[in-house]
Amino acid sequence: MSKNHHIVIIGNGISGITAARHIRKHSKHTITVISGESDHFYSRTALMYIYMAHMKYEHTKPYEDWFWSKNKINLVRDIVDTVDSDKKSIRLKAGTPIQYDKLIIATGSVSNTFDWPGKDLAGVQGLYSLQDLDLMVSNTNGIKHAVIVGGGLIGVEMAEMLLSKKIHVTFLVRENSFWSNVLPKEEAALITKHIRSHHVDLLFRSELKEIIGSNGKVTSIVTKNEDKIECEFVGLTVGVSPNIAFLKESGINTKRGVLVNIFLETSVADVYAIGDCVERTYELPDRKNIEQVWYTGRMMGEVVAQTICGNKTEYAPGPWFNSAKFFDIEYQTYGMVRNTLADAEDDFYWEHERGMKAIHLVWNKDSKEFRGINTFGIRMRHECFDRWLREKRTIHFIMEHLKEANFDPEFFIRHEDEVVAKFNQKFPALSVTEKINSL
Amino acid sequence: MKAIKIIGLVLFIGGFLLFNGIFFLSSYQLTPEIIRQKIEDPKKQELFLVKSKTALTKEYSSNFEFVSMLDHTFAEVNQNQIKTFSIDEKEINKITDKGKTTFDKSVLESVFSPDNEINLFKRKVFNDFGGHLFGQPANIEQVKEVAKKINEYGIVNKVGFDRYVTKNLKYSITKASSTGPIKNQPLLFFFLTFGLCIIGGLLYILPKLELVPGIKNDGIFNNVMKNTGWLGIMTGTWLIAFYVFLYFYPEYMTNWIIMVDPLSLSLNGNEASRFFLYGLLYTLCILIMGIRMLIHYRHSRYQMLRTLSVMFFQTAFAFLIPEILIRLNQPYFDFKNIWPLDYDFFFDSEINKLLANGTLGIFMLGWGIALIIIAVPVFVYFFGKRWYCSWVCGCGGLAETLGDPYRQLSNKTLKAWKVERWMVHAVLVFSVVMTAAVLYTYWTGSSWFIFVDSYQLRSVYGAWIGAGFAGIVGTGFYPIMGNRVWCRFGCPLAAYLGLIQRFKSRFRITTNGGQCISCGNCSTYCEMGIDVRWYAQRGQNIVRSSCVGCGVCSSVCPRGVLNLEGKDEDGRFGQPILIGNNNIKLKP
Repeated sequence: MSKNHHIVIIGNGISGITAARHIRKHSKHTITVISGESDHFYSRTALMYIYMAHMKYEHTKPYEDWFWSKNKINLVRDIVDTVDSDKKSIRLKAGTPIQYDKLIIATGSVSNTFDWPGKDLAGVQGLYSLQDLDLMVSNTNGIKHAVIVGGGLIGVEMAEMLLSKKIHVTFLVRENSFWSNVLPKEEAALITKHIRSHHVDLLFRSELKEIIGSNGKVTSIVTKNEDKIECEFVGLTVGVSPNIAFLKESGINTKRGVLVNIFLETSVADVYAIGDCVERTYELPDRKNIEQVWYTGRMMGEVVAQTICGNKTEYAPGPWFNSAKFFDIEYQTYGMVRNTLADAEDDFYWEHERGMKAIHLVWNKDSKEFRGINTFGIRMRHECFDRWLREKRTIHFIMEHLKEANFDPEFFIRHEDEVVAKFNQKFPALSVTEKINSL
Repeated sequence: MKAIKIIGLVLFIGGFLLFNGIFFLSSYQLTPEIIRQKIEDPKKQELFLVKSKTALTKEYSSNFEFVSMLDHTFAEVNQNQIKTFSIDEKEINKITDKGKTTFDKSVLESVFSPDNEINLFKRKVFNDFGGHLFGQPANIEQVKEVAKKINEYGIVNKVGFDRYVTKNLKYSITKASSTGPIKNQPLLFFFLTFGLCIIGGLLYILPKLELVPGIKNDGIFNNVMKNTGWLGIMTGTWLIAFYVFLYFYPEYMTNWIIMVDPLSLSLNGNEASRFFLYGLLYTLCILIMGIRMLIHYRHSRYQMLRTLSVMFFQTAFAFLIPEILIRLNQPYFDFKNIWPLDYDFFFDSEINKLLANGTLGIFMLGWGIALIIIAVPVFVYFFGKRWYCSWVCGCGGLAETLGDPYRQLSNKTLKAWKVERWMVHAVLVFSVVMTAAVLYTYWTGSSWFIFVDSYQLRSVYGAWIGAGFAGIVGTGFYPIMGNRVWCRFGCPLAAYLGLIQRFKSRFRITTNGGQCISCGNCSTYCEMGIDVRWYAQRGQNIVRSSCVGCGVCSSVCPRGVLNLEGKDEDGRFGQPILIGNNNIKLKP
């Protein structure tokens, strides 16, 4: 057993808390978690459900409040002003400075904004933190019209939130289709149709030019096409960036995010960074160097805990996966389905006649190696696709075994037969007869 | 659409208010005919007639006044009888004196003479209560003790009206004495209450079809009904009051029962009982709120089939078939009710009733036992306890339909789980001991089982568990502690099913790789208070004895993480698997 260190973690989101929990499991180190946002860990992904009153704030806390003292994880509610990595000291806004032996930076993101005229008017905001949520509750109280700028995941969540309070939503998307940097055009069209079925005015090729207000409050916006839209709220959801402003003087190297190597070590000894705020200095195939996803934050937390507890471990995430929900349509993805097909790739897209379900498969033209799947409205087993991707299975194999991967509840209508039949029609050369192996 | 909803709400509230108004609406006129019809013993009839002379001339405008008059009259008759028949100090001394060598029947005959009605009664009742003293010298303390028992219970039991008889008579006399609009037009009022509530309820629910199918939980925690606001508290209070009247004071709710007399007559040929009213209300709640559930979850075939199943079992098995059996002069029997939830299944009265009914009765007895020892373990092994709790059971049926809007109110803390385990298993033990005592009495005729009186035990169980816990708390607390309070903390059958589910079953809820985002929807909407997220976020199967398999955790999961599955037992309790980084094997 190594000697007892003081491990300080800045940030109590999924990354920081996963690190803290795993360090506790594997060691007796003293652990302190600092957060300026909340007293306890809550699930950021559930912010929308608090707004829609599906849950209360306390429901979003994955652990009861006694959990932290029972597991000897000290929680400090304060904002970090600066980090002095020479003296291994952290200056806080309110409290006395904290000395650390090892530091983990897990500060997440901040919402992006651009220099739009009027962006500081009351009623204009992003959505990332609990404080943003409180602000949004008061900003949208009793209003009738809202505009959302930016066609991504937070934008569609915000639309759903506003609609739950019967607020009319105009959704401005700069690109030609919805979430176009991720979704292929078929899926984008499917989601567009669904969003519109909820009576959202979804406008493409629409860019915000100016926000207009009176008495300090937003009253309308003007697009670059000179369309004026009356509104009492503007949601800015044009992406997020690493939350690293407080590190400017720390001596820790940053670019867009905190720069880390494969062991999640920063440029300064005994300082690590994990989660949204990280920018990798090394490449991973099919992955961006800044990954702002729940799952990667969690994995990094597990990895850094291993390293700190003496088992130096590389951050080497397995095959890519992600999920989301667009109003009523669940989305899961395994492997790599790019928004546009690479030259060496071939694909097959199936959509259910009612437009609430779809599957999109991609494989390599020459080797037939399966590359990834997008699935909408049909749940698929992560474990199956993770294994098949690691085993580099062919598209032929995937189609043969598609039934095994289904994770829908009992009695749900199954579509594999239809999917396979359509696939055989389109790719007679790859034609599949189904094999059903028991799991 | 909004207009239709509002019209529905107005109709429902109107029907409901009238239903409550009807509670107070009748007048009551006692007649000699009613007394003669309801009180069988001619002597008691006459006594009652004498004591109710002034009441007979009067019309009572409220049920509270009328019932209080009846209470008063019964008490007067009893006092009169005690005065007439009680054994006094002088007689006690005489008995002790005459029986000082040996005490036997002849002593009683000489003390209580001459032969007249009063003395004959005294001899008989002393013989019944003090027969065990015969054959030895009389002891004054023992004789006094017997006399005391006679004066306290014996007289009222034999020549007066004891508590049990009083309770039944109060109900039947009140019902028969009721006069006024409801008695004259029961069907009209049935339509104006039940009818309007049904139509209003449906009009309120049906417009939800317009919404895009999917999870519809918007605003639940801002809702005064669904988040224990004033409306929830009022609803709970109303339900608690309803159950208290139903179980303990049915004489006050006769107007409601009169309204459903015509329906009861057409179904089973008899006037309605309070439990006919209850069964009808119960079934209608499951049907109407079942339709709401079908619309609410119309994107999930699992939820729809499950809801149709509880609607069917309630309507057919719990309501219609027993009524038809009565019409055919067969014993009332609910083919889906299982001991120990059906706690009186082994009561002597029930067993005798079945045994007296030939082949069908014996089949029913065998069926009931087969459900306990074959159906429960076999079905739980293959499907989990959900086959019963959320597909068949009546309590479960009400919880999943009428109770669905309150499912999020269950307590998810570790502490609640600890309390739950102690409590539900304690009730299971209680029910088994109580039933063992009852069967012991059935076979041996002795009411003393080890150190308790089996009659006492069954009445305590019936009042505290059967009526108090299952009814008053179980349903009355829906808007306060969620819709499965009884199933979670009290149901002995759920405990039995749960033990098998925990230790010998193929059923589990599986989690999907690493897809959980810890949002908490699953835990929040678990009616059994299971912290589903605790397991899901570490990639562990959920194997919990309390899980009723309603499948709502899976339905509300925004990431498709949870699935109810029956698979090979191997690996059911497997290590948590959270798919993520290569080369990390996570310790649980």
